Amino acid sequence: MGNLGQRANDPHSPRRKTPRRTHEEDERVKLVTAIVRPEKANDVLEALYRAEVRGISISRVQGHGGELDAVETYRGTTVKMTLADKVRFEIAVSEPFVEPTIQALCEGARTGEVGDGKIFVVPLERVVRIRTGETDDLAVTPVGA
Amino acid sequence: MIAAVDAGDTAWMLAATALVLLMTPALGLFYCGLVREKNTLNTFMMSLAALAVATVAWALVGYSLAFDEGNGFVGGLDHALLQGVGFEPREGSTIPHLLFMAFQATFCIVTVALVSGAVVERMRFGAFLVFAGLWSIAVYAVLAHWAFGGGWLMENGTLDFAGGVAVEMGSGFSALAAALVVGARKDHGRQALLPHNAVYVLVGAGLLWFGWFGFNGGSGFSTGNAGVLAFVNTLLAPACTLVAWFALDLLRGRQVTAIGAATAIIVGCVAITPAGGYVSPGWAMALGALAALPSYAVIVWRPRTRVDETLDVLAAHGTAGLTGILFIGFFAQRSWNGVADGLVYGDAGTLLWQVVAAVVTPAYAFGATYLLLRLVGGLMPLRASDRDQALGMDVVQHGEEAYASGEGAILIGPDGAVEKRVLVPEPA
Repeated sequence: MGNLGQRANDPHSPRRKTPRRTHEEDERVKLVTAIVRPEKANDVLEALYRAEVRGISISRVQGHGGELDAVETYRGTTVKMTLADKVRFEIAVSEPFVEPTIQALCEGARTGEVGDGKIFVVPLERVVRIRTGETDDLAVTPVGA
Repeated sequence: MIAAVDAGDTAWMLAATALVLLMTPALGLFYCGLVREKNTLNTFMMSLAALAVATVAWALVGYSLAFDEGNGFVGGLDHALLQGVGFEPREGSTIPHLLFMAFQATFCIVTVALVSGAVVERMRFGAFLVFAGLWSIAVYAVLAHWAFGGGWLMENGTLDFAGGVAVEMGSGFSALAAALVVGARKDHGRQALLPHNAVYVLVGAGLLWFGWFGFNGGSGFSTGNAGVLAFVNTLLAPACTLVAWFALDLLRGRQVTAIGAATAIIVGCVAITPAGGYVSPGWAMALGALAALPSYAVIVWRPRTRVDETLDVLAAHGTAGLTGILFIGFFAQRSWNGVADGLVYGDAGTLLWQVVAAVVTPAYAFGATYLLLRLVGGLMPLRASDRDQALGMDVVQHGEEAYASGEGAILIGPDGAVEKRVLVPEPA
């Protein structure tokens, strides 16, 4: 996290590219949800870190995304595992960060085989940082940025 | 002179054999707690594989190569397929030969299982089965012959009560060779690969210590003084290692760690293994404390190298076994063991042959294992692919999960509604 302070003065930072605009225009906050392979979760975290995306929640989920099912046998019982373990990333970002986030997720999670996962982006109605009461893009801006 | 079978000795050795056998599943538990969740079963199965493969190899030829007379390097084949191994006592003991063979078999099994710690999370199970069988013959039986079976170390007076040579140094330095040949895990040195269940590790260590009372206490092959001394020393030495380990942990990180404590139990048991029946209880305690230092140092040093000797078999077994073997050379005491004095009690010759054992055993174990694995590697791939390692060895190698939830599992009828067992399609 050592380079957070630097970034505040960095003219090339995506956050500083665009001048401040009105709320109605495009100070919109998006929720980026990604479902990835559990074994790629660490690579994704690294890629997000490099892209300076902070503020991440992850959870372990099970799902099915078209890949062939694993067959497992326990004594005489043979089963087809239709749900595969996945990791879900939930990242709320302001508009300029949506593309870098998606790129980092793809870069970290891709193996090229069926089952690499999906990314969903949806607009958020409202975001509130509980500690300060800041809302929307201020609420998803990392502390110190 | 052939003594008669003694009922008391036989009773104890029957129990001791069962105690040592328990150490192998205990080791499986210890090891599987140290790996990641997706490799739990595969890691445990490597210990169970030793129960299968090493036992069979032992009965076929291993026992004969270790304990038949033969020459100084390796035994003969007169006991192959357990010929001539019956109820009459083995020369120099008061228990049936058959029981002696079974007791020694449990040592071979646990040693093979120990080596697996170097290659978990990436070695293919089939390759491990082949390696385990061959290793138990080419490395374990040979080293056991040297130290226990009338081989050249034993003839020259190397003191090894319960397996500092064959079991501890044998497994530890073989593990180093195995780690080098098989290579590091896919993510080694790049990601933190953490133990997934510390409680398994602690329970496994506790059960290992329990079994070790049979391991060391049974290595006198009787209920006589040497066995009793080794039994008591097996209580005292690991306790001192624990205390010393706590102190080292506090000095280094200000916290006493649980997995460190489990490791300390193993290190203490290993160090007292060769020395158990040869040193006084007081010196056993000193050995326990002393043994913590070199093993701790190796454990701290090893992760800074590129060598993925995954579960630190070299530190826990090789290093501590070497410490114990050398310690005997200084502190063996005839008034306690009735056999020989060490340097401190006036006999420098004892130390000489302890040093020889401590040099030659690691060299043979490392070299023979290296060549053996190169050979096996020439016949079949040793490593699972990166993709299989990512999926986890449990699903890939065994088609099971340690912690299956059952959610999303669809029953397949006995008529085989799903015809092809395809796990995940190979990349085109």
